[in-house]
Amino acid sequence: MTTLTFCLILLAGAYLAGLVGSLTGLGGGVVVIPLLTLVFHVDIRYAIGAALLASIATSSGAASAYVKEGITNIRLGMFLEIATTIGAVLGALIAVYTPTNTIAMLFGGILIFSAAMTLRKKNQEALTEGSKLSYLLKLNSSYPTKNGEVAYKLKNVGAGFSMMTIAGIVSGLLGIGSGALKVLAMDTAMHIPFKVSTTTSNFMIGVTAAASAVVYLQRGYMDPGIAFPVILGVLGGAFTGSKLLIRMDPKVLRIIFCLAITFVAVEMMYNGYNHKF
Amino acid sequence: MKKVLSKDFWVDQDIEQLIGELLRYGVITASIVVFFGGAFYLYQHGGTGVPAYRVFVGEGASYTTFKGIINGAMGLNAKDVIQLGVLVLIATPIMRIAFSLVAFIMERDKLYVFITLIVLCVMLFSIFGGLKV
Repeated sequence: MTTLTFCLILLAGAYLAGLVGSLTGLGGGVVVIPLLTLVFHVDIRYAIGAALLASIATSSGAASAYVKEGITNIRLGMFLEIATTIGAVLGALIAVYTPTNTIAMLFGGILIFSAAMTLRKKNQEALTEGSKLSYLLKLNSSYPTKNGEVAYKLKNVGAGFSMMTIAGIVSGLLGIGSGALKVLAMDTAMHIPFKVSTTTSNFMIGVTAAASAVVYLQRGYMDPGIAFPVILGVLGGAFTGSKLLIRMDPKVLRIIFCLAITFVAVEMMYNGYNHKF
Repeated sequence: MKKVLSKDFWVDQDIEQLIGELLRYGVITASIVVFFGGAFYLYQHGGTGVPAYRVFVGEGASYTTFKGIINGAMGLNAKDVIQLGVLVLIATPIMRIAFSLVAFIMERDKLYVFITLIVLCVMLFSIFGGLKV
């Protein structure tokens, strides 16, 4: 295979990864790793480098729209980024001492968990009474809905912060945005309405991924020949996905994709268990 | 309604617009640079065989350091032009933190100036901390 064919096929594959990532809500980066390792037989370390770039690109692209609409809670995002960036740096450090097969198996596990998270029941309730810390840190806010501004308050700030540290470690270790873990922390612990938690999580993914990306760039994980088709392909796919989402609610598609991704995840774990990475 | 009439609310709104624009232009700039670098890379190396990505060797200093990437990109080395786009992409969320810092300073929100500074310090530690091992 020539470099030209490799890049064109990878570009098409990354486009599909971006599209699936956008339609399922999993994000572009997470689908890039199995694509590169299982289909293109690329070493998982190069795959992690490319996936981080895909996460930064898609999260920043999408965040720009949400921030403008005023749904994202910027103060909350900023506060929790203390946890996710420290976690991400820790994760990138742990990665040095973690065998690639272990990373592949962990990745499979997180992928299944993320797929299950996108299909679960969503928290729509807005709390009217927040915890002391939520007032102190000015985290309570409001967001626009069809029926006007809805005010919400939050609780369990400490628990949410700790869960965010874990989300950051996972992100730094596996090279993914770990949006599912971020949403879990904001949703189940802090009781934030779904729309706010998903957009704020997306807002944080770029910064979290950048914190470990600078380490991985210096470690030589980012190959220009892989980075360029992945960045352009995933961005294109995510863009198409966002346009499609306005016109349809892909409930059935989401279930099909999540099932497919579960199979992929099992293969990652199986290959990792058999030391194929 | 009281909130909509306060000055802070509008300052916040402007900043949100600004942050949104910054993120969008950062990603667009990075894609354009990566696209030109990529096209040039394919023009130069398109006909040769695919590098052995199955085995991890890592990239050399010319693709992993700021100085190496800038020097290479100035000399129109295709791979370094791509890496320059990668740098712009990674810098976009970091710039966003810097923007937020300015915004919180303007709002005189001391608590959040402090919080943003912590995040910025973690970032700087990650960049300059020599963590590549």
